[in-house]
Amino acid sequence: MMIREDMEILSHELVAEKTYQMTLKGDMPSYVKQPGQFVHIMIDPSDSLRRPISIADVDLTSGTLTILYKVLGKGTASMAGKPVGEYLDVLGPGGNGFPIEEVSASRALLVGGGIGVPPLYYLGKQLKEKGIEVTTVLGFQHAGAVFFEDEFRELGEVFVATNDGSYGNKGFVTDILPSLEGKFDTYFSCGPAVMLKAVSKTLGNYDGYLSIEERLGCGVGACFACVVPAPDGDAKGYRKICRDGPVFRTGEVIL
Amino acid sequence: MISTQLSLPGLKMKNPIMPASGCFGFGKEFSEFYDLSLLGAIIIKAATGKTRYGNPTPRVAETSSGMLNAIGLQNPGVDRIIQEELPFLSEFDTPVIANVAGSTVEEYVEVAEKLSRVTHVQALELNISCPNVKEGGVQFGTDPELAAEVTGQVKKVSKLPVYVKLSPNVTDIVAMAKAVEKAGADGLSMINTLTGMRLDLNSKQPIIANQTGGLSGPAIKPIAIRMIYQVYQEVDIPIIGMGGIETTDDVIEYLLAGASAVAIGSANFKNPFICKEIIEELPAAIERYGFTTIQDTIGGAHR
Repeated sequence: MMIREDMEILSHELVAEKTYQMTLKGDMPSYVKQPGQFVHIMIDPSDSLRRPISIADVDLTSGTLTILYKVLGKGTASMAGKPVGEYLDVLGPGGNGFPIEEVSASRALLVGGGIGVPPLYYLGKQLKEKGIEVTTVLGFQHAGAVFFEDEFRELGEVFVATNDGSYGNKGFVTDILPSLEGKFDTYFSCGPAVMLKAVSKTLGNYDGYLSIEERLGCGVGACFACVVPAPDGDAKGYRKICRDGPVFRTGEVIL
Repeated sequence: MISTQLSLPGLKMKNPIMPASGCFGFGKEFSEFYDLSLLGAIIIKAATGKTRYGNPTPRVAETSSGMLNAIGLQNPGVDRIIQEELPFLSEFDTPVIANVAGSTVEEYVEVAEKLSRVTHVQALELNISCPNVKEGGVQFGTDPELAAEVTGQVKKVSKLPVYVKLSPNVTDIVAMAKAVEKAGADGLSMINTLTGMRLDLNSKQPIIANQTGGLSGPAIKPIAIRMIYQVYQEVDIPIIGMGGIETTDDVIEYLLAGASAVAIGSANFKNPFICKEIIEELPAAIERYGFTTIQDTIGGAHR
């Protein structure tokens, strides 16, 4: 079930290049059913569309959720200027996340790229609580863009790749994956479409779940702005990223 | 409190507020936010003869005071809409207006004929104005003769009143309105989106995969008001107004210009409760501007 509420900004800080971490307080956290769901934020009343941002962490005790976002345009630039104490109009939690209740893995691999990293953190915490061993591979453009490495290290082993080699391994997350063969049985990935495509190809022999990014319209499943094709033979031929996803089992949709 | 009830061809409405076609799916998602029986009516997403996947993504982009969309009439086809989507809406005490689209006159006729036989559909909205499909759609909406032809053929088979949804992408909106009125239209829906484009400064290419999209939102409201104001003076059939409505003041402006009812589109994306909130606030707003009934408000700018 989704709600709409004004959530108070409890903290808001720059954690990497153009990347901000924000903690929001309200009733929303108690409605989150899975890691990988998102909130749909109205940054300014004069905007015409909300901005979907994935949930990076949930704390039911304090009634807070954590989000991370990267300043990429006018909306996110305006969001970066919001002070602590102000309220944001938040709709959520949206979509279906990672179905951890059906995962039978004993060893999980998380593969995140750029601003696709955040939802994997809440997922990793939940997997670890279930006693599942967590290994993480994170990819960023360069050293200044790296975030959450220490947070993931608390969950298990972490490998970092940067495109220019200024931190960790030089190259892409897919360059690290072959060395992890046999060390996991299910993988979970979130990042740009091109990365998800490469990851699902490299890990073709494993069960996996992918979280997909797209420009959303309504964010509730009514407007058909964010569809992704599903394989032939499927009755519908498509999935709505905001409603059926954003997380899909590999092979459920065509990347 | 002022009653907001009104009757239009085929429609007994509790109030003049309805969600616009394409912005509300087939109602299921929004029924999780409020009781759809509160609505004056519901206009469902366009139906075509066969399943349509629609356009590649990205399909939406934000603009100044509005948004572009190029969904491309994605829908499962009229037969599956009747079997799988419409039964859900029969649970609500709200008239359903089914939006009819097509690429040929024959397709419009086939879809209209099928939808007009569904018991809880009370009216058809003939979509001759979708700017986002390659064939049909807006070409019927920009040529008065073609518009009259498709309206006349649909009227022959439809057991229900037909509202024709006009495109603003024309030089003479009055000529379009008169042509479809003469061809038998029972009402008009005004306006559909305006064709627009946005470029991504980094890729130097259009943001929307279809290149062009339909502009909606507050940016187009003055155009809709002007067109309704002009058409109201020249036709005798009722007008459902739409384009950028976000507040009760916007609704009153549409009623004054000559709309008998209004549809709310893009604003549902900003605030999923917008139709419910406007319905609740409307009686007080009508009173605030010195009217005692909704009927007095309609066309108030022309007196």
